[in-house]
Amino acid sequence: MHSAIANPQADQAQQHEHVSLPQHRHHFATPEQQREAGSFGMWLFLLTEIMFFGGLFFAYLLFRNWYYDAFVTASNQLSVPLGAVNTAILITSGFFMALAVWAAEVRKKNLLVLFLVLTTLLGFAFLGIKADEYHEKYEKHHIPGASFDTSQFINPAAYGLSEKPLAPDAAQKTQLFFFLYFAMTGMHALHMVLGLGILFWLMIRAQRGDFSSGYVAPIENFGLYWHFVDIVWIFLFPLLYLINRHPLAH
Amino acid sequence: MSAPSNTILNLPDQSTAQLPRRNFINAEHGLLSWLFTSDHKRIAILYLISITFFFFIGGAFAGLIRLELLTPQPDLVSSDTYNKFFTMHGIIMIFLFLVPSVPATLGNFLIPMMIGARDLAFPKINLLSWYLYVIGGTLTLTALVLGGVDTGWTFTAPLSTHYLNTHVITTAFAIFVAGFSSVFTGLNFIVTIHRMRCPGMTWFRMPLFVWAHYAASILMVLGTPVLAIAMILIVLERLVGIGVFDPTKGGDPLLFQHLFWFYSHPAVYIMILPGMGVISEVVSTFSRKRIFGYTAVAFSSVAIALFGFFVWEHHMFIMGVSNYSALIFSLLTMLVAVPSAIKIFNWCFTLQMGSITFETPMLYAFGFMGLFTIGGLTGVFLGSLGMDIQLTETYFIVAHFHFVMVGGMLMAFLAGVHFWWPKMTGRMYPESLSKLAAVVTFIGFILTFMPQFVLGYLGMPRRYHAYPPEFQVLNVLSTAGATILGIGYLMPMIYLAWSLKYGAIAGNNPWQATGLEWQTQSPPLTENFTEIPIMDHEAYDYDWLEHKTADEVTHVA
Amino acid sequence: MAHEPQHEQHYHDAANVTNPEHASHHIVTPRVYAAVFATLLACTALTVFAADINLGVFNPIIALAIASFKGVIVILFFMHVKYQSRLIKVTVGAGFFMFLVLVTMTLSDYISRAWGLW
Repeated sequence: MHSAIANPQADQAQQHEHVSLPQHRHHFATPEQQREAGSFGMWLFLLTEIMFFGGLFFAYLLFRNWYYDAFVTASNQLSVPLGAVNTAILITSGFFMALAVWAAEVRKKNLLVLFLVLTTLLGFAFLGIKADEYHEKYEKHHIPGASFDTSQFINPAAYGLSEKPLAPDAAQKTQLFFFLYFAMTGMHALHMVLGLGILFWLMIRAQRGDFSSGYVAPIENFGLYWHFVDIVWIFLFPLLYLINRHPLAH
Repeated sequence: MSAPSNTILNLPDQSTAQLPRRNFINAEHGLLSWLFTSDHKRIAILYLISITFFFFIGGAFAGLIRLELLTPQPDLVSSDTYNKFFTMHGIIMIFLFLVPSVPATLGNFLIPMMIGARDLAFPKINLLSWYLYVIGGTLTLTALVLGGVDTGWTFTAPLSTHYLNTHVITTAFAIFVAGFSSVFTGLNFIVTIHRMRCPGMTWFRMPLFVWAHYAASILMVLGTPVLAIAMILIVLERLVGIGVFDPTKGGDPLLFQHLFWFYSHPAVYIMILPGMGVISEVVSTFSRKRIFGYTAVAFSSVAIALFGFFVWEHHMFIMGVSNYSALIFSLLTMLVAVPSAIKIFNWCFTLQMGSITFETPMLYAFGFMGLFTIGGLTGVFLGSLGMDIQLTETYFIVAHFHFVMVGGMLMAFLAGVHFWWPKMTGRMYPESLSKLAAVVTFIGFILTFMPQFVLGYLGMPRRYHAYPPEFQVLNVLSTAGATILGIGYLMPMIYLAWSLKYGAIAGNNPWQATGLEWQTQSPPLTENFTEIPIMDHEAYDYDWLEHKTADEVTHVA
Repeated sequence: MAHEPQHEQHYHDAANVTNPEHASHHIVTPRVYAAVFATLLACTALTVFAADINLGVFNPIIALAIASFKGVIVILFFMHVKYQSRLIKVTVGAGFFMFLVLVTMTLSDYISRAWGLW
């Protein structure tokens, strides 16, 4: 990193000879300090993520209260089985990620790689189902924008739905629901895509044996990120899919 | 300390001082060694160059605005062009200059040295932060070159989403990216301050500069993402047109205001807190006294950061928010005045009975204390509901925030740059010229913005390029002041550049200051310390410094 | 380098061991992970089940309560916060606190803007 080393720094390099790990960065006094700094930094990053999603969650809260009926009707267009299965898939993916951290901590290289692969596969499964749901919305013209179609909400009986019919201007508000649905799940999916990219890089390095000799910080910190993405979905699922599944009784 | 009667510039170690053979500047050579550096000091220099560049672009727009306002008639530019001018002025000055100004340059350079660390906790993220800043800046310039944007720096919806056809998306994206640069800087500082302090460096031995940056970093980390999501929603609203912010479609424009000001009010403290940190260092050093009420000043920084999150609605009093809610926010706004006043009072008590010398940084610091006090007190006017309805959206508010941001923050920034210039470059700036610059800046500033208070009180609205003829005298005064102010800002630029080659050699500690950063060579080594220091005294302990220098054999690294 | 051991001591002295910012590395066992995993799956089933019963205003409250419970156990066990230093715990708390500030302070406007109608 610093190609030209001054004499005092050469001294410094010798001082740090006791550090065995090649990953140890020399501006940290001890590997312990480095590990704690990394994990703390990751947590602070997740804090920014909480606030980032927080703005969207607040927008959801506001419009859900303002346009409750429209939100209920629109929400009932989402498939609960697909949502529930996706929740289970994501939780399982998180479980394997947690096991991957454990495998790295106990230095079992093959298990670590296996768990990372499983985490990745389930991540892709989640995105696959999500893509299928998006496609269905596209076919039903439920993607907000010029082609958005409210007829299904104004006259649900014609579509064989047992929903409360909405007045045209109320039905227009379903577009807000779908906008928030796409914004929130889309932002969540974007985080997953980024996570999957990092997972590939981690898998390659794990296969090389980088994380099975006591250096687990990247696995741990990525685990924090992956679990955070999980938590966002844990809240998105009931808020978007389960607003009120019995509108006529309401 | 035996009371120093003369100016401390003539301390003995300086006459024999030489530039150290090895330092972070000549440790590596070539442009790439700078662009791929992970040294916090080099990144700070990169930041210093880039924010100076953007400062002068933003300043050019300020000049154009003042030029247009020289006459009551709209004769220089059309109203649309004028809108683009003040928008660019605001966006560049706030997001590309004020927010990163002290933290990313001085903070980046000094925090690791002040707490006895070799670098920030995440050097590569620090570099990434600078690249994000450059990308954000480039995008802003792109929007400017493509034809500009005229939303005002506040991006007020639905104006920005429905009624304008300028480059809102590019600019919003630029701010999104620049915001991440700020998040990474803040994150790095918090981790560094928690984890990298040298042995003996307890929380209450840290310089107040570090405390102020710690508080500002909390704001950066917690506030900026909300701005990011607000910007994303603006972009999506423009692209798809759903109506989250469009009342005709069921949305609420005030939702944007809430999200925007949830960041942008704390952002004011992101800008001012690091400046307050600089003032604490300067005031203590040039009074040769420990800061009066160190603990109170330290906690007041944190209190400002905390209270700062509870007051944002005072930007929205006339926008149709609930009266009850406005009442609460108005009261909470008054609370922020308390920790700010604590700081001002404690600086004054530090000066009391101190051995004050009037070096350039101290002149700027005095400028800060006076101007910030006026800016802060007029802020209390604006925070009270009735006054706000009268004064908001007039030149009164323009004058108010320029007193805080330019009179406060920019003075603090210049104080800091002059104060640590010997440390950063190893050379002194020319003292008499810089004193002249400080005075010119102060006079120019007062002349520019004092008339604007009167203009606002008389009812001249902001953001118009024409005005009734009776306001002309005050506007001409203001424009004349801006010219002087411009000269005041160009002078440091020139003589500081000159001093890089011809300035007197500074030596390790030209000000006889107590911070750890002054106990190393100037400019410092790549990893700051040959061995990690052990902090065995309190902050601002001038007795310790006196004995240290008495016992120490002077040596040149 | 004779002074090196001294430096080591400073990072591991008594003050640092009791330092609230410092926690020893704790390895969570797969057994704990499995228990948490099972709880999460059960809660998912429960939340779907609860949504199908008409409980009026309690439906969203129960759904959010379950989601929060799931979130908390993920944070405590999967994300190891239970075994972390006080600093990390405070950090996590600060994140949710600020989110609540954003929500409640903004709601103070929306709720009181039109009493009872919002």
